[in-house]
Amino acid sequence: MITKRIIPCLDVKNGRVVKGVNFQGLSDVSSPVELGKYYSDCGADELVFYDITASAEGRTIFTDILKEVASTIFIPLTVGGGINTLEDFDRVLKCGADKVSVNSGAIRNPDLIPAAAKKYGDQCVVISADVKRVDGVYRVFAKGGRENTGMEAISWIKRCVENGAGEVVLNSIDTDGVKGGFDLEMLEAVSNAVNVPVIASGGAGCAEDFVTLFKTLPKVDAGLAASIFHFGEVKIADLKQLLRENDINVRL
Amino acid sequence: MIGIIDYGVGNLFSLKSSFQAIGAEVFVSGDPQELEKADRLILPGVGAFGDAATKLRETGLDTFVKKQAAAGKPLMGICLGMQLLFERGFEYGEHEGLGLLKGKVVPMEGVLPKELKIPHIGWNALQLQQPDCPIFQYIKPGDHVYFVHSFYASGCGESLAATAEYGAVLTAAVAKGNIFGCQFHPEKSGSVGLNILKGFCEV
Repeated sequence: MITKRIIPCLDVKNGRVVKGVNFQGLSDVSSPVELGKYYSDCGADELVFYDITASAEGRTIFTDILKEVASTIFIPLTVGGGINTLEDFDRVLKCGADKVSVNSGAIRNPDLIPAAAKKYGDQCVVISADVKRVDGVYRVFAKGGRENTGMEAISWIKRCVENGAGEVVLNSIDTDGVKGGFDLEMLEAVSNAVNVPVIASGGAGCAEDFVTLFKTLPKVDAGLAASIFHFGEVKIADLKQLLRENDINVRL
Repeated sequence: MIGIIDYGVGNLFSLKSSFQAIGAEVFVSGDPQELEKADRLILPGVGAFGDAATKLRETGLDTFVKKQAAAGKPLMGICLGMQLLFERGFEYGEHEGLGLLKGKVVPMEGVLPKELKIPHIGWNALQLQQPDCPIFQYIKPGDHVYFVHSFYASGCGESLAATAEYGAVLTAAVAKGNIFGCQFHPEKSGSVGLNILKGFCEV
């Protein structure tokens, strides 16, 4: 059977990984290539690279880095950040990305997901949704979680999947950064609404949070996190061992 | 030297890089004269069976691949490239494949239990049906590889080399003489994938 996936997420700005880390044996902790390789060697099942550069110049640096990553790391790579057009899909896919994650771009342009799915296949298109409870209703937020779009989140995600998104990254703004565990309630609502892989994001504070995630919600396919991996609080190899001890199917 | 056959289907960057990573000499070409110089061939592919089969025919590369295979040159199909090795594909209609291997490519839909998601995407374990197959010489049973597909090869008979369990037993790899195929993506399967490519380089 398919294993549960553990996915570290790397934010890249001007070609460097943002959020400093300190791993033994890693000479340049802010090099996307070195850090990506480190994670891949530790057993990460996939890597997500988020381009948080705003300038056109930064975009070029990002794609150069991506090429370097894809020529040294041989696990699936997902790329997000600044994906607004089919040309953006083309730009990152040519550099070795396997999946492309869209967020604000899909909110601004409803035709983006169907057009990309038609051209590159559903498996290539990931909808990444930043969701927060507002007066008891799940709402989609845009612009890195700063702007309430007013859209109800479950129906929005369902629509994206019907339009061709082959995977959902659900980032709960409510639990993000709190380190108190994933947003199980929100994740359950989304996993019951769609029949494509759902990736949990936001809230992981320790290895046990991943065990709770997969035990409570067997429908969730993957757990994504950034800082707990970057700061070495959770080591991927140890995490996978713990999951295995808890009878969760992982790739060791 | 490895020749990756470029017939306009999919992105070959990672595939080429993965051979470079294991120290193999590799080039990408759509020109039969160039490809003939390779001592091993890779038939890649993503997308739909019918489109890819048409492109192979339009470029004349279908005849080239069949001739090279008949002459005994090691050939490995990857993902849709593996599916094209078979006689027929049933994705959006019925299409003719290269017919180098016996069997047909059919949808998972209707075969898998309803609760399982299609495509079959992610890391799954290999059960080796031909443990002595040279492409497996550097891996072990139960090693995980990365899959992305909604159709699978059925009725492969003696060419079945490895399977993966996903609610049904799915064809993961095939091998017969000098012809090999992987349904999964060795170029995205970490060190296990690279070791399979290394095995192919030594066939």
